[in-house]
Amino acid sequence: MEESSKVIHAIYTDDDVLMAAVKKVRAERYHIEEIYTPFPVHGLDKAMGLAPTRLAITAFIYGVIGLAVATVMMNYIMIEDWPQNIGGKPSFSYIESMPAFVPIMFELTVFFAAHLMVITFYLRSKLWPFKEAENPDVRTTDDHFLMEISAGHNIDEQFDILRNTGAVEVTLIDKAH
Amino acid sequence: MYTISNRLKTFSIILIVLGVLGVAYGFMTSHKSLEEVKTMLADDGHGESHEASTETHVVAGGENHADNTDEATADVDQTAHDDKHAAHVQEQLAKRPWSAMYVAAFFFMMIALGVLAFYAINVAAQSGWSPLLNRVMEGISAYLLPGAIIVVAIAVGSHYIGHHNEIFIWMNPEVVADDKLIQNKSSYLNIPWFLIRAAIFIAGWVAYRHFARKFSIAQDTAEPGDKSNFKKAFRIAAGFLVFFIYTESIMSWDWIMSVDPHWFSTLFGWYVLAGMLVSGVTVIAMVTIFLKSLGHLPLVNDSHIHDLAKYMFGFSVLWTYLWFSQFMLIWYANIPEEVTYFVTRIEDYNLPFFGMLVLNFLFPLLILMNSDYKRIPWFVMMCGVLILVGHYVDIFVMIMPATVGDQWFIGIPEIGSILLFGGLFLLVVFSSLAKAPLTVKNNPFLKESEHFHY
Repeated sequence: MEESSKVIHAIYTDDDVLMAAVKKVRAERYHIEEIYTPFPVHGLDKAMGLAPTRLAITAFIYGVIGLAVATVMMNYIMIEDWPQNIGGKPSFSYIESMPAFVPIMFELTVFFAAHLMVITFYLRSKLWPFKEAENPDVRTTDDHFLMEISAGHNIDEQFDILRNTGAVEVTLIDKAH
Repeated sequence: MYTISNRLKTFSIILIVLGVLGVAYGFMTSHKSLEEVKTMLADDGHGESHEASTETHVVAGGENHADNTDEATADVDQTAHDDKHAAHVQEQLAKRPWSAMYVAAFFFMMIALGVLAFYAINVAAQSGWSPLLNRVMEGISAYLLPGAIIVVAIAVGSHYIGHHNEIFIWMNPEVVADDKLIQNKSSYLNIPWFLIRAAIFIAGWVAYRHFARKFSIAQDTAEPGDKSNFKKAFRIAAGFLVFFIYTESIMSWDWIMSVDPHWFSTLFGWYVLAGMLVSGVTVIAMVTIFLKSLGHLPLVNDSHIHDLAKYMFGFSVLWTYLWFSQFMLIWYANIPEEVTYFVTRIEDYNLPFFGMLVLNFLFPLLILMNSDYKRIPWFVMMCGVLILVGHYVDIFVMIMPATVGDQWFIGIPEIGSILLFGGLFLLVVFSSLAKAPLTVKNNPFLKESEHFHY
């Protein structure tokens, strides 16, 4: 297992070069562990073959939950628990006074969808305050792009391929340390 | 170059012929004598409910005049009341074919106007995705001139042709004579001024459409690098949008809101605008998908369809927002002079009034929310049909309660009118599409539009 803890870091200075490199490396059937970029590179996820996000689906489900919470809450409070006559609004059934509840139903739907989706995003991407940054090279937050490939048996060949793709720096890193 | 196929031509002519037959049938059956209306009301069981109301009338009379318990007087009262009621229903029946035509005519005019506004927005915003669809939008807006003239002709024609069958009761001098509220508005609501305003709106819109089309076609043959026509198109689009937002608002008061001259709402113009835009964008999407399926728009890709579907989704929600804002404010405050508008609609038009919310909000919301579905042509087509039906019903529920009241039905006169103006719409739109190449040339944003990808 010693060999699998070794990775190769290839550093690029241009996102177009990076995109071409990703395609080349994937064509050579090497596994890309991770790519670090200072900004979103359009189409990088497609080039890497990453699965599409399901965050929007979770947001829809959270919205439905929010709508249900609003409906059940107001139905209990305004209709079942204490159906007062407030300014002549009909409180005999939920549907009769629903127009007055719609603003709250809408807001809670949005509230649940937005906040729970953001929290889901934080959990799935493991982000929280005081989290230790996982940055392999500080330059990747500024103007460099870094591709991390797991080192195989033929490291020299991998180095050659990466240099040919336009990498400005190629280094072998032992992650075990 | 697209040429209108003979099949499409025949199809739209068949629609027009069927429509004319339906409309003629509507006019032939709508003019009933007072006696016929009375028998109809008695058969319908309207008599029963009427007896009930007469009873309460007698009781009320008894309370007010303790000595007046004479049965004969009550009978006379009832007959007079029945006559008045029958005369009222007779008028409503006579107005039905006119209103049916008006609703359908306005519906198709509104699509052309919505498309023109959407086109102007895209030109003024210099949107990079839309140039490939410019010719489609120009083609659809060709119906605006005949469509708007037909709308005004029906509105005024219902006053001059026939007796007591005005769509707009403020055009009837006998009604105005008894009505203080309409009298006070008569400096605005009178036929000459109504026609002058209509002429200004139509002239302005059609002038923009004419010049936008002219500059767009001139840009096709311009020298490479010559953007003068593009710049002119940009400037008039910006000017038109200012003109449009004022005239659209006034048009909605004139052509729709004044069917209920006792009622008013401030956000009505916006509400009509949202319905206009969503039906316009829907028709753009449907015509685009149709032309693409025939191979006439090879450069249009599924991202363009996706964008149009997003607009359909967004404008549907905007329409719902404005519908609800208008409804909820009036429902919540429940001021009698405003709320009658919705009382009649909820009591007499319950299914269409709330059914259109399902068609115009719930279905588009659920069908078009998924990003993948917005790229599937038949999905967008299916949703488009629902949206168009929904917005026809929307116009129906705006006009009909004021003209035919509870005597409404979606029957031969209504469907005939839809076929008539639908056929005319198809004929005008597709003839216009055949007049110029379907893809613009030399538009500075054309390359971007060809490579548009979302």
